[in-house]
Amino acid sequence: MLLFTCPNCGPRNETEFHYGGQAHVAYPANPAELSDREWAEYLFYRENTRGLFAERWVHSAGCRKWFNMVRDTVSYDVKAVYRIGELRPETLERAAAATAPDQPQQLAPAQANPNNASEGV
Amino acid sequence: MSTEHLPEHPEFLWRNPDPKKSYDAVIVGGGGHGLATAYFLAKNHGMRNIAILEKGWLAGGNMARNTTIIRSNYLWDESAAMYEHSLKLWEILPEELEYDFLFSQRGVMNLAHTLGDVRESVRRVGANQLNGVDAEWLDPKQVKELCPILNINDNIRYPVMGATYQPRAGIAKHDHVAWAFARKCDEMGVDIIQNCEVTGFVKDGNKVTGVKTTRGTINTEKVGLCAAGYTSVLAEMAGFRIPIQSHPLQALVSELHEPVHPTVVMSNHVHVYVSQAHKGELVMGAGVDSYNGYGQRGSFHVIEEQMAAAVELFPIFARAHVLRTWGGVVDTTMDASPIVGATPVENMFVNCGWGTGGFKGTPAAGLTFAHTIATGSPHALNKPFGMERFETGALIDEHGAAAVAH
Ligand SMILES: Cc1cc2nc3c(=O)[nH]c(=O)nc-3n(C[C@H](O)[C@H](O)[C@H](O)COP(=O)(O)OP(=O)(O)OC[C@H]3O[C@@H](n4cnc5c(N)ncnc54)[C@H](O)[C@@H]3O)c2cc1C
Ligand SMILES: [Zn+2]
Repeated sequence: MLLFTCPNCGPRNETEFHYGGQAHVAYPANPAELSDREWAEYLFYRENTRGLFAERWVHSAGCRKWFNMVRDTVSYDVKAVYRIGELRPETLERAAAATAPDQPQQLAPAQANPNNASEGV
Repeated sequence: MSTEHLPEHPEFLWRNPDPKKSYDAVIVGGGGHGLATAYFLAKNHGMRNIAILEKGWLAGGNMARNTTIIRSNYLWDESAAMYEHSLKLWEILPEELEYDFLFSQRGVMNLAHTLGDVRESVRRVGANQLNGVDAEWLDPKQVKELCPILNINDNIRYPVMGATYQPRAGIAKHDHVAWAFARKCDEMGVDIIQNCEVTGFVKDGNKVTGVKTTRGTINTEKVGLCAAGYTSVLAEMAGFRIPIQSHPLQALVSELHEPVHPTVVMSNHVHVYVSQAHKGELVMGAGVDSYNGYGQRGSFHVIEEQMAAAVELFPIFARAHVLRTWGGVVDTTMDASPIVGATPVENMFVNCGWGTGGFKGTPAAGLTFAHTIATGSPHALNKPFGMERFETGALIDEHGAAAVAH
């Protein structure tokens, strides 16, 4: 039994949660313009990372809210838990590292949209 | 310690050669599917200068971890054709491979516990019969006659309302199947190379020309991926995407018991399936763990729930003990059907996506994948199973027949 920390309720047994697969998969911006290949990618292709994976979980037997988690798919260690709408933590760290050390941590405007598909793993 | 009393080591079933500089074809993954593919490449297509590269030991992946259920009662024509062809091969392989791997056609029962189950099952029996697959619908009394230890009373949460039954289905000894294929491959000159992990590919433009391994770079005309749960990792190295998700799938055995269970019973609805191995252990499995995982282990609550379901269905098991549990990494697709065909990389082919139920498919996967690799185009049986179906929409949805797992 894995122990997950819901951002709203705290640590709870795995059995209280349901899995939602890869996080940060955005609905296509222009669905009418997608090719068959692009639809296939959106509907059926998901990352299958061996290692750190950003994924969605819902606390179905608790607050019933969705949230994101970064979990190692080999050791099953949970590395980060964050709310829907927030960026994956490494993305923030990368952005922070990219700014000069004497500047306050800032996000580039392009990263402000948390559902941007390019933020996926 | 003296070794003088030890018997002679039995004959080795295959050599352990060092990799050559180049091969006509390289199969990545030495599980059942890799072995069967190499076997049919050598036997049906005369390709003898080929190698199987296995990162661990031969058949130590899902091939060593599955619960060996073999059946062909799938819903759609494409799957019935593929799995029934496989079952027919199982029926002749012990003789062809000259190895009795204890294929026991003791029948498989898929229980129905709800009206929805009943309708789906009766429909599937009809579809099976039209496709020449032996299938019957049993009422609870007939279920009890075939498997007397099953509880068909109304005193459980989901009473048994009937079952589909395939008499020609059954179980076999998975290790022996692997060894049988390995011996024949070796006899035909196939190099089986263990402890040889593929770490990358050599490409000339979009064409694969070699594989990088922990034992050096090997040139090859063609590559066939048979890496089950690790296929995505290899596809990423090769530079293409594949629509599979890897999940832990667990199973367990009890201690040895007198023969009490004459067939194989699976329940999609209460999530357990049980057979009794030749030696006497009760072999049980259930569904995958919900999350993606490469850990070859899952969570304990999956085992707890399957035991609860097993004891309701088989009250006689209440005093049995769990002796061992283990897990594998299974490669699931969105339509619960395999992917066997070409890849976006020239001369690279892929066989994967058999998920929770590819042991039964081993012979047909080998036959059709070998055809695909040797001729460059699919066999009639695997034509519908190409990756392009996710673009055309011609999915083969077997979520019903794929059952609880297996
Ligand atoms: C618990 C469990 C129960 C199951 N029960 C059933 C059942 O009852 N009936 C049924 O039909 N099916 C069942 N299955 C499914 C079945 O086991 C698989 O579908 C089937 O074994 C997959 O094909 P394979 O034998 O070639 O896979 P594997 O044996 O997993 O072979 C893949 C091989 O590729 C190797 N590999 C991976 N990456 C690399 C690399 N980079 N370089 C070199 N080698 C590599 C791996 O080490 C592995 O040996 C079950 C599976 C599990 C886990
Ligand atoms: Zn919560």
